[in-house]
Amino acid sequence: MATTALTPVARRSAGQGRIVPVATMVLVIMVIWYGFTVYLNARWQFQVFDRAGEDWTLWQFVAGTFSQDRPVLPAPHQVIVELWNSTVMQDVTSRRSLFYHAWITLSATLLGFVMGTVLGIALAVLIIHNRAVDRSLMPWLIASQTIPILAIAPMVVVVLASIGLTGLVPKSLISTYLSFFPVVVGMVKGFRSPDALQMDLMRTYNASRGEVFAKLRWPSAIPYLFTSMKVGVAASLVGAIVGELPTGAAGGLGSRLLAGSYYGQTTQIWAALFMAAALSATLIFAIGAVEKRVLKRTGVQP
Amino acid sequence: MSGGWIAFAVLFWLTAWAFNEWLVRRKPDSAAAQRAIGMVVPLLFGVALLVLWEGLTRGFAVPEVLLPAPSVIWAQIASSVPTLWEDFQQTFMKSVLIGYAIGCSVGLVTAIAIDRSPFLKRGLLPIGSFVSALPLVGIAPIMVMWFGFDWHSKAAVVVVMTFFPMLVNTVAGLGAASAMERDLMHTYAANYWQSLFKLRLPAAWPFIFNALKINSTLALIGAIVAEFFGTPIVGMGFRISAAIGRLNVDMVWAEIAVAAVAGSAFYGLIALIEKRVTFWHPSVRGGRAG
Repeated sequence: MATTALTPVARRSAGQGRIVPVATMVLVIMVIWYGFTVYLNARWQFQVFDRAGEDWTLWQFVAGTFSQDRPVLPAPHQVIVELWNSTVMQDVTSRRSLFYHAWITLSATLLGFVMGTVLGIALAVLIIHNRAVDRSLMPWLIASQTIPILAIAPMVVVVLASIGLTGLVPKSLISTYLSFFPVVVGMVKGFRSPDALQMDLMRTYNASRGEVFAKLRWPSAIPYLFTSMKVGVAASLVGAIVGELPTGAAGGLGSRLLAGSYYGQTTQIWAALFMAAALSATLIFAIGAVEKRVLKRTGVQP
Repeated sequence: MSGGWIAFAVLFWLTAWAFNEWLVRRKPDSAAAQRAIGMVVPLLFGVALLVLWEGLTRGFAVPEVLLPAPSVIWAQIASSVPTLWEDFQQTFMKSVLIGYAIGCSVGLVTAIAIDRSPFLKRGLLPIGSFVSALPLVGIAPIMVMWFGFDWHSKAAVVVVMTFFPMLVNTVAGLGAASAMERDLMHTYAANYWQSLFKLRLPAAWPFIFNALKINSTLALIGAIVAEFFGTPIVGMGFRISAAIGRLNVDMVWAEIAVAAVAGSAFYGLIALIEKRVTFWHPSVRGGRAG
């Protein structure tokens, strides 16, 4: 009886899930956004009406703040229109296409992320197998992350360009630097996650270090790997975008941001930001999807 | 001559490494000696790294544009203390600290406010964790447009960047107190505020400090990157971008050194306070702060 009485409640709360609250919140944010659009663009709109010298109604005023060319804050629909115009309406290879710029950023992100992950795993392997490395390297790794390394991203790009290294590699190096740390920390934890009982079992099998690593440590570290990869890929994207700031002309979402800020094209900035957000979400989602499949195959998750 | 530098640096590195290998195998009885080893090993590693850096840049005559030697950077720091101090004041004391304080406290208060409503929590949390995974530094040009070139716009970027990690962590922390403990507070007839201040906030401290630590790095990054989009002629980010323009790499590295020291000290200070406040937490009681 008790269970049947409880089930509908449980189902309802599960059915409601997050969709209704999240949708409501997104709606609320949109309303607030439109409110701010009117408020922030009002001064310019007053000037426009003043210059025209005509009478105006409230409706004309609000509509005016929603459709300025260079608004202080573009309305959401303006950003969406800009996104649509610069993605679907443009040729993918055109420099006006946001897909083209997103692809430049994405390729740097992915290259940096792969290098960062490989480096992170390699360092983690060293750390768990050598106490001296563990004791001397770990504190410096943690300290290295308190350094605002992103701040020197532009310098890395400029300096590497001065010795003839341009394009993808400098940006990816910054992404690598930002993404290796979460992987090191996560993988050290993961490689150490087998408990004493399991390690003892391997010892009774007379397993070598390599065998312990391949058959026990690596499989138990897989869940940790995916968690840290999600953090790493987000950091990697940030690194690529900031790395693009000084390369103005070369393209990428970062250079779109910079160009937008130079020419006062606020809508273009927001569109680039939304594109970056979508990219970040897609990457994290993709890793999550791979994680689900792998964990299912390895039997960690039913 | 150059060969001598390389040989010396490599030799020093190898000796330091061998000494470290020997040190970590010691099993001293006293806790003090153990702690001393824990300090000496990374320190020696750091010194060896600096010597290796110095030796290799001198030995191979690496062009200064690419990577100046530590001694060159140190000379630059020593000769431009007033400039560095001015930049530090502008960027750290104003943009970072003010933005950090506002962002963290607003995040904390918002988290406590939405914690009372499960609907708000379910709605805002996914959005919050989504936003904190975004490249938020990208809003820097917008903030510079809105709040002008001075430190206000940088502080605004820092506020936005620190708000979301704080929000997400605090909401998670407020749920950390177990049902049993809540029931106990209930049997004491504690009202909402009593149970908030005496049980749930203390239980949330580890989470809040986690956010404070994450934010300490984010704040510095946000302030410096925001300065790339326009500043008055002072500030660490401004100095970095100006020095890059003239390929004055020593100055860039000097600023980075200052930023690194400031960032590490900021982080270390928060970690120290955390140890004092969350003395009851297993990660602190076990002798090692998580």
